[in-house]
Amino acid sequence: MESYKLTHLRELESESMYVLREVAAQFENPVLLFSGGKDSILVTHLARKAFWPAKIPFPLMHIDTGHNFAETIEFRDALVEKIGARLIVASVQESIDKGRVVEEKGVNASRNALQITPLLDAIEEHKFDCAMGGARRDEEKARAKERFFSHRDDFGQWDPKNQRPELWNIFNGKKNMGEHFRVFPISNWTEMDVWQYILLEDIEIPNLYFTHMRKCFERDGMLLAYADFMQLKDSEQVTERQVRFRTIGDLTCTGATLSNASTLEDIIDEVASTRVTERGGRSDDKRSEAAMEDRKKQGYF
Amino acid sequence: MTQEHTMDKYDSKGYLDMELLRFTTAGSVDDGKSTLIGRLLYDSKSIFEDQMEAIKAISDRKGDEHVNLALLTDGLRAEREQGITIDVAYRYFATPKRKFIIADTPGHIQYTRNMVTGASTANLAIILVDARHGVIEQTKRHAYIASLLQIPHVVVCVNKMDLEGFGEKSYEKVRKDFEDFSAKLDIKDVRFVPISALLGDNVVDRSKNMDWYQGPTLMHILETVHIGSDQNHIDSRFPVQYVIRPMTTEYHDYRGYAGRVAGGIFRAGDAVSVLPSGFTSRIKSIDSMNGPIEKAFPPMSVTMTLEDDIDISRGDMIVKVNNQPEQKQEFDVMICWMGDRPMQIGGKYALKHTSRDARCIIKEVKYKLNINTLQKIEDDSNIGLNDIARITIRTTVPMFIDGYRKNRNTGSLILIDEATNNTVGAGMIV
Repeated sequence: MESYKLTHLRELESESMYVLREVAAQFENPVLLFSGGKDSILVTHLARKAFWPAKIPFPLMHIDTGHNFAETIEFRDALVEKIGARLIVASVQESIDKGRVVEEKGVNASRNALQITPLLDAIEEHKFDCAMGGARRDEEKARAKERFFSHRDDFGQWDPKNQRPELWNIFNGKKNMGEHFRVFPISNWTEMDVWQYILLEDIEIPNLYFTHMRKCFERDGMLLAYADFMQLKDSEQVTERQVRFRTIGDLTCTGATLSNASTLEDIIDEVASTRVTERGGRSDDKRSEAAMEDRKKQGYF
Repeated sequence: MTQEHTMDKYDSKGYLDMELLRFTTAGSVDDGKSTLIGRLLYDSKSIFEDQMEAIKAISDRKGDEHVNLALLTDGLRAEREQGITIDVAYRYFATPKRKFIIADTPGHIQYTRNMVTGASTANLAIILVDARHGVIEQTKRHAYIASLLQIPHVVVCVNKMDLEGFGEKSYEKVRKDFEDFSAKLDIKDVRFVPISALLGDNVVDRSKNMDWYQGPTLMHILETVHIGSDQNHIDSRFPVQYVIRPMTTEYHDYRGYAGRVAGGIFRAGDAVSVLPSGFTSRIKSIDSMNGPIEKAFPPMSVTMTLEDDIDISRGDMIVKVNNQPEQKQEFDVMICWMGDRPMQIGGKYALKHTSRDARCIIKEVKYKLNINTLQKIEDDSNIGLNDIARITIRTTVPMFIDGYRKNRNTGSLILIDEATNNTVGAGMIV
């Protein structure tokens, strides 16, 4: 008998392509939020597959904290060039200059939470009615309750206790003027699925994910990359370490891991044996038990 | 997909040959559902150190005696504060054999609405029964919803066996009572496992306390239950989701119909009809970025091209010439009401069915169901939140439908309140 089975990676791929096509069909002006991290690279890859041989029918948008890894920006520009996509950059620095947000003070200052304002401003300016992101439900407990199609009111806010039920694969993207949706095409993927699929499909990712020598310093048990805009405490010493990154976000709050993993296979072995979640290395989540839920309610990714 | 074979060289751990099983967990308050999920995650080593540290810290602060595994599944601040689960949460774990997605549905608040939501995508339902209390009203409701939503496999876990001295008697009583009740339902595959979620007996590891039970552990069932036949591979249905027109030099005249196969198997060369126009053609190619696809089956997302230029748009359906769905504007559905405002007879609602949008009017209520007794109440047409009823609807345009029992993809629909845009009804076509 012939077999009609999909492997779990192909089933996840198919589900994500379906969601991306629903977005293109149900919304007039969607946008894909692109951070340069592996998850947004994955969503971009799935979008290419969903609309091939046509180009991706929506632009990519990068919320630029100004505190980037140089490698991320190089990678972003090369990818956009290669796939012929339109890129929009919304800048946190600009929002600071305009006085829309105030920079956090002190050594632990991060621009991570400041991304909310330029994000919501850009959504309003470009009249986007749907912003897609690479968030996954396995990342964090508030995200475990997130829908594929997540409704936001006209203040961009999430109301987690009052979400629309999501049945079968029928997505309800109806909304009033001024409201928008956040859509998460890779909701059901785990960190392991993402890496295995990157290997399966041979997807290019920034070198930051592989082992390299980098100037780092330790803070609160986390290893942070050094950059000249970082304020160091007196006790903190910058040393050269062999590291890689498990997630890539704002440079000021993304922890590095000591690692020799130089290939995707090495990374997969490392992920399989690791005992700490991916976001365990993100100081932005450590601020309080409900840090992510609070940011999401205000309009965070 | 042919490319899978060339990928073997990467597959050092069998990871690329794993299947996906989606299951839902149902239980009433305090029957140990969160503990069971915590146990599955913990014993399959899917809990990370930082997660464990976090819940240990909370348990200590609250003065709990054991690390409260239930805290793993309560994601929202309000849930942790009140010690209850409000919304469906999704959990993930994998064993070397399968990857699992758990739709964890709360036991009390918004019970029907949440369980129906979780059940709508599940291959399997775990129904928890407290061995001390046996089959109660809630158990019957869970079983009915699993049957209504046509979840192909049901596992009844008789929990807290440790509190019954691991004796066979209470297990056998649950088994008999459940079988008596489920005989009235439409559940194809039911299994029973005596467990202790708290101590781990028969969850992942075989119990040393219940020699009288010779069956598999819960994990063994989850890893091996045959899910290959859960999809309909006979009645070919391809709802067109999006039309792909690259308009580039290379693909100047390309018109691809993108969608997810909802039933049956499609191959290049197949004779097809397009609904609603009724035009016929043949499939020219089934395309993907990785190359042509030999056969497309559910739940694959593909792009088809046809031999002939036919006007096709989103909401149309490509089917085999000799096997077509019903085309109807008036039909009956079992509706589960999810809106805060009661259903309005004569009221108009937006309707979504596969990729097709329409409006509909509620014509009549045939009966409302008492889901505790399965009694049909024919003189009650007051349908409110969490009620289940058989209704007749009339749509503005013809819909291409199958019975829900035949195909979950082409037999399901949702109703949307046009004033609030909220999803207010989950419908299963009779």
